[in-house]
Amino acid sequence: MKTPTRSTVFWASLFDLLSSMRFAIGLLTILAIASVIGTVLQQNQPYPNYVIEFGQFWFTVFEWLGLFDVYHSAWFLILLAFLVLSTSLCIWRNTPGFLKEMRGWREHASERSLAAMSHTALLQGTGTPETVQAYLTSQGFAIKTAQREDGSTMVVGKRGAGNKLGYFFAHIALVVICIGGLMDGNLPLKIGELVGTIRPETRDIPQGQVPAESRLSTSNLSFRGNVTIPENSSADVVFLNAGRGYLVQDLPFIITLKKFRVEYYPTGMPKLFASDIVITDKASGKTREETVKVNHPVHVDGVAIYQASFGDGGSPLALTAWNLAAPAMGPIKVEGRSMNQQPLIANGKPYSLEFGELRVFNIQDMRDNSTVAVNKTFNELLSQAQSVQHEKNLANAGPTIQFKLRDNQGQAFEYHTYMSPLVLEGRSYIVTGVRKEVGQPFSYLRLPLDQEGSLQSFMRLYATLHDTSLYPEIARRAAAKALAGSSISPEMQQQFQFSVEFVLNRFHEGGFRALDEFVQARVPADKQAEVGQTYIKILQAVVVDMMEIAHQRAGLAPFQLNENNYRFLLDSLVAAGILVRDYGSPVFLQLSGFEQVQATGLQLTRSPGKNVVYFGSLILVLGILCMFYIREVRVWVRLGAQDTRLAVSSNRKNRDLEQDFARHQARLLEIVQGKA
Amino acid sequence: MELVHSQLNTSQKRLDVFDWLYAALIVVAAVVAEQQYGQYMDIYEHSILIGSTLGLIALGWFWKSWRWFFPLTGALALAAIALYAGDINQGQSRFFLRYLLSSQSAIMWMCTLFFLAMAVFWAALFSRSAFLEQFATGLTWAASVMGLTGLFVRWDESYLISPDIGHIPVSNLYEVFVLFCLITALMYLYYAERVATRRMGAFVLPIICAAVGFILWYTFDRQAHEIQPLIPALQSWWMKIHVPTNFIGYGAFAIAAMLGIAERLVSRGVLADRLPSADIMEEVMYRAIAVGFLFFTIATILGAMWAADAWGGYWSWDPKETWALIVWLNYAAWLHVRLVKGWRGAVLSWWAIIGLFVTTFAFIGVNMFLSGLHSYGAL
Repeated sequence: MKTPTRSTVFWASLFDLLSSMRFAIGLLTILAIASVIGTVLQQNQPYPNYVIEFGQFWFTVFEWLGLFDVYHSAWFLILLAFLVLSTSLCIWRNTPGFLKEMRGWREHASERSLAAMSHTALLQGTGTPETVQAYLTSQGFAIKTAQREDGSTMVVGKRGAGNKLGYFFAHIALVVICIGGLMDGNLPLKIGELVGTIRPETRDIPQGQVPAESRLSTSNLSFRGNVTIPENSSADVVFLNAGRGYLVQDLPFIITLKKFRVEYYPTGMPKLFASDIVITDKASGKTREETVKVNHPVHVDGVAIYQASFGDGGSPLALTAWNLAAPAMGPIKVEGRSMNQQPLIANGKPYSLEFGELRVFNIQDMRDNSTVAVNKTFNELLSQAQSVQHEKNLANAGPTIQFKLRDNQGQAFEYHTYMSPLVLEGRSYIVTGVRKEVGQPFSYLRLPLDQEGSLQSFMRLYATLHDTSLYPEIARRAAAKALAGSSISPEMQQQFQFSVEFVLNRFHEGGFRALDEFVQARVPADKQAEVGQTYIKILQAVVVDMMEIAHQRAGLAPFQLNENNYRFLLDSLVAAGILVRDYGSPVFLQLSGFEQVQATGLQLTRSPGKNVVYFGSLILVLGILCMFYIREVRVWVRLGAQDTRLAVSSNRKNRDLEQDFARHQARLLEIVQGKA
Repeated sequence: MELVHSQLNTSQKRLDVFDWLYAALIVVAAVVAEQQYGQYMDIYEHSILIGSTLGLIALGWFWKSWRWFFPLTGALALAAIALYAGDINQGQSRFFLRYLLSSQSAIMWMCTLFFLAMAVFWAALFSRSAFLEQFATGLTWAASVMGLTGLFVRWDESYLISPDIGHIPVSNLYEVFVLFCLITALMYLYYAERVATRRMGAFVLPIICAAVGFILWYTFDRQAHEIQPLIPALQSWWMKIHVPTNFIGYGAFAIAAMLGIAERLVSRGVLADRLPSADIMEEVMYRAIAVGFLFFTIATILGAMWAADAWGGYWSWDPKETWALIVWLNYAAWLHVRLVKGWRGAVLSWWAIIGLFVTTFAFIGVNMFLSGLHSYGAL
């Protein structure tokens, strides 16, 4: 006999531990807890975002722990590997015993052991093996009959061997699923990165210049990458996220986007995203046309193409630019392309004009929000709850363009401009939003359009405001009118002119806000409201004089004051007050036309492990079904000379077993007592 | 199957005339559906129709009460469809639609009846009245009838609004909460018949009523009952099977947790003489978790297969997927300690109760607190 050495003892106890139940349960629990991390912490974000969120110190710690991509981190994969190992060892350990039990009949079980079972009975009387066999067969049992040394006959029945089979299925399934997952995982890439044969590219350079160590050949078995293709453009690579950088995966074919289609429901919700693409095989040159839709991927050479996102593919734009430093000059045409940047020189200073996304549809619920949920009577609420369809007031606000204007210091303002005028109470406005920081909401201003639908009138007025040399003349006219209307006395005329010039200067410096700030700082608290009102009245009066002068200067017919025109002037005043201070740009850009070019975001994957995982899933379900719902039942009937021993056992001791036992006992009693 | 087995031995061999009548009815309904709408279905939807037909027949044969329940809801839904006569606005003008059969009315009836059922179950518990118990069970059945009818009618209403908006009502949080109440109630009713005791109702109904409370809040405060069209990601036949399968799992886990509470109380002597024995509840708890685990496994696999079509990969470690895995691991561990280690009693009951919190987080918490691909049910 061999004496166990220290090392065999060690291996044996390691085997025991790894294949043990408590190790498996512990592993399941740890895996569950570890999985939580990745759901709480957003995964695979650009690294700078994490630095901003957590600070440099925690960023370094978290990065070291692999928390930004938990499910592909080494320690998580090791946990999974242990689960596979534990399950495999569990199968290994249980297989011999289970097989023996499945094959065995235990027809030689002693009377004592049968009598010791939990469901057993000694019945008076005896019968023939044939009747017992017939009964058990009719109940779905497989049977075996054996003559015993003491002269009795043993009939053994068993049913539900599938239960044990279920155990094998379910546990092998887990291993199969994990292997499939591993085949589709990025383990080879990770190893490549560790060894140094693969190096993610971190620079933002044209795809063709990406060096070979950051490229993956078409023979790569498994990948999952993204590519954005504008209409009428092609791509033959996809980009894979790899930590701080990316990798370029070459494809065996070229994808050309002919058209990207979006459809909307009347509510503004998207209804369809579809890309009409042409796939050209690089080797054979053969082409095929396909349409990729959400939920309807296209499969080519084992590569699946999915509709993942969409966007603006760089649409040519036509813009009208108004120089705010010389508004009277009239507009000039500027051409641009969305999602691109271009230089812009305004008043001798260089700027960078960075166009963002062109959005053609902007469907908005025009309902007054205050009427939605508050101030409803119970009956109104009830009747609303009764109907599955609600009235909405949806409107398409038309195309918008977003852009940034950056000066040579790097400072930028961002704008969000609607192309179509907004019509409010019969008046039209150009609406544009402005913000200084990306996270802030846009604050919107409305520039009034004249009867020709142009900004020309507004700009003419704005030019007058801009020309401070005109202020004495404006003030003179205003004072003269006030004198004529007896609003002021002749002695006050000088003082009044001075006030007008002061108000105009302040307003020119910083709009209504500058006036307000002055009042807050310089006027005693009890006079503030009164003085503020006076300033506003002055502005509302002189705006008419300004417009008259503007008309004169432009050589137009004299300005006619009526209610409609006066509304226009007041709207202009509001807009001008914002333009002078908070607009931030030397030019006002108005979107006047575009030619939409869309781009599709496709995801391409090759996952050879998919079918392995599906197969594993199938046997997992079969296994669970067998384990829970096939009950293994064994029946021993020992026919003695005078009496009959019945014993029933099952892998589950529950109410079903009680019922089974009672039924078998009753039937068998009939058989052995000859009543059957 | 374990649940089927004793039935196999006893009743299935004796399929009575009603079984065959029921089966014939379902087949006729399926044939009519195929003739009427077959042209709009793709191969998968045809398969789903055939699968549902077989599944419904099997369910009726397996659980006899289903044989009247399902045809009754079908008849009510057809009555509602007939009353609509193709015009959604009839819902506000026709009396029977407005107060009984329009989907919202039916669902509000379901809510009311569930609350009543809970009250009567507790009254029965304290008065030890068998009659009240029976009455509460009747109320639960009635609530289930209204709930399923409501969902059927809502399905039709979505098509009445516009054919391109029409879809099965399992697409948002409101609809699946109705489904949850319905499935949990039906599973309870099944177990109540199976173990011949109705007294667990006092513990199962509260979780249903909690969901009903959510439905009411969601309706009155958020108008979430409005039928919305399907975004492209949800336009798939997978939704028809993935979502209901998942909710069988959720419903079963909810029942298990409530029985866990009851078991804990009884084993401490609280209400011990009024509730079924701890053993019975423990066994039903196990069965609920077993069936829930099976369906949850299938649902997760179906979800993975859908994800492979919609998102480009069968497993993306999206928060919803990951929490589904956590729930699965949790109940896998529960089943292991019970079946292999043979544990019973306190630990398993507590575990089932905690399991419900985990499940609830996977079901609602993920949508509320975590962002990801699975954000259709955002609050």
